[in-house]
Amino acid sequence: MRISVQEEMFDLGAETATFAAGHSDIGAIVTFTGVVRDLPDDRMDAMEIEHYPGMTEKAIIAMAQNAVERFGLGDVLIIHRYGRLQPGEMIMMVATAAPHRKDAFEAAMFLMDYLKSRAPFWKREISATGAAWVAATDEDEAALTRW
Amino acid sequence: MDVLYFAWVRERIGIPRETVQTDAGTVADLVTELRAREERYAAAFEDLSALRVALDQELSDFDAPLAGVREVAFFPPMTGG
Repeated sequence: MRISVQEEMFDLGAETATFAAGHSDIGAIVTFTGVVRDLPDDRMDAMEIEHYPGMTEKAIIAMAQNAVERFGLGDVLIIHRYGRLQPGEMIMMVATAAPHRKDAFEAAMFLMDYLKSRAPFWKREISATGAAWVAATDEDEAALTRW
Repeated sequence: MDVLYFAWVRERIGIPRETVQTDAGTVADLVTELRAREERYAAAFEDLSALRVALDQELSDFDAPLAGVREVAFFPPMTGG
């Protein structure tokens, strides 16, 4: 298991290759990558991501351990960035490894749902017209009930 | 105890953290004390349904007791991922 909360960009290809190497008991690896999406009606200058150092790492480790037990994962990798990001930049990645693809896919969905609503990050979108905190949605909260 | 504020809660109150001397029994009691301090606190704690609280870096709720707690954090619902 590798968890990293970091400001700097990560190398998606290198991270995925390292994660995939050396597992002979794994039949499926799923990766998800989150990207800063530009605003539909306004040009975003940047996205600022604030977090709660200490709690962030603890919360992510707890959800990763939960996913390992629940889906029988062989391994899990979570990288989440904070700080000032530009549209098109990668925010985060999740990789899951399991004997079969269903568990690998479901574990990635489970982790994404939990990272969205239970990891202490807050996003703020900055454009020429001002800065606005991204609001959590009822759908994000409702997504947790299926687990 | 240390009280931390994040995102727009931090912006409204104007500081990221402070040390608070309190005998508050629960989180809700602490919120009542903070609200009574100044308008900026009243504004930040106006609607508790829009806030979340963590005690010693674990998500909790406003009814939770504060006995033994060293760090309280207030913030809006999280938007990770």
